[in-house]
Amino acid sequence: MEEVKVTGIPRIGDIAPSFEAQTTMGPIKFPDDFKGQWVVLFSHPADFTPVCTTEFIGFAQLNAEFQKRNVQLIGLSIDNIYSHIAWVMNIKEKTGVEIPFPIIADVDGKIAQLFGMLHPGESSTVTVRAVFVIDPNAKIRAIIYYPLSAGRNTREILRLVDALQTADKHQVATPANWVPVPQTWEFTEENTKVIVPPPTSYEDAVKRLQEGYECIDWYLCKKKLS
Amino acid sequence: MTGTYARKNFRKRLTMSNGCVTPDGRLSDRALMLLKLLKERGKLTDTDIAELTQRPLFQVRSSLRELTNAGFLKQDGNYYLLTEKAEEAILQT
Repeated sequence: MEEVKVTGIPRIGDIAPSFEAQTTMGPIKFPDDFKGQWVVLFSHPADFTPVCTTEFIGFAQLNAEFQKRNVQLIGLSIDNIYSHIAWVMNIKEKTGVEIPFPIIADVDGKIAQLFGMLHPGESSTVTVRAVFVIDPNAKIRAIIYYPLSAGRNTREILRLVDALQTADKHQVATPANWVPVPQTWEFTEENTKVIVPPPTSYEDAVKRLQEGYECIDWYLCKKKLS
Repeated sequence: MTGTYARKNFRKRLTMSNGCVTPDGRLSDRALMLLKLLKERGKLTDTDIAELTQRPLFQVRSSLRELTNAGFLKQDGNYYLLTEKAEEAILQT
């Protein structure tokens, strides 16, 4: 496919920038390797951070639904491949959830810059929670940005894909809160819990597991707000 | 100078590490499996291979590109076929 040169942050309707990257599932070339597929490319601030871990579990649990819709999920952060692998293994070990999609190791941040995933007002070193929904013609169809502190609603991203695909198929638009079929998904007590800021020293990390929180690991502990 | 050389080599190893062909030209188990599948079937498309191997399409395409660049595969339209080099590599296993 044609090489795309981007001079600013890509916007809805633009052709997504081309890139090659190393991922947890081998090297990829975008968009060539994804020809004919939808892609949800999403960035997260860093591996081994609590909010990102909950998001990855959320995406992994919905991966089969994305696949049914011919969507390939791709994660990205400015971390190296060994960190990604260790994190993916840690998630599997602690929660039993396997991450079934590739995560780009954007060590030098070049892809993050290409897609405008670095927002200096929020952080100049880690990517914000960006989501790019890209169609089979490599056109950017939707963009979402979330700050570091708020985890994304993975079901909303699936709903967005449904809305775009439905609009394409039937030449219609979808109203607020539209869903393709009445949803059985419900929010539970678990969804009301918040994340305790992770410890930043070895000493505090060791202590964290004894502090009475609900912990999956030292960096991911939750509590209920009173 | 030494640091730059080391960094470049590290990057090269990292780039190749998850692929089908190692820097010294050896084929990974995944690559050999793919070549043997093509030997058995004659010629296949990328989607055929993804379906038969139950691997994600992007991963199959990445492997096919790498094996083609390394001279183990050739293309006939949308189909992939083995080269003589690939036939020899299979015989050596």
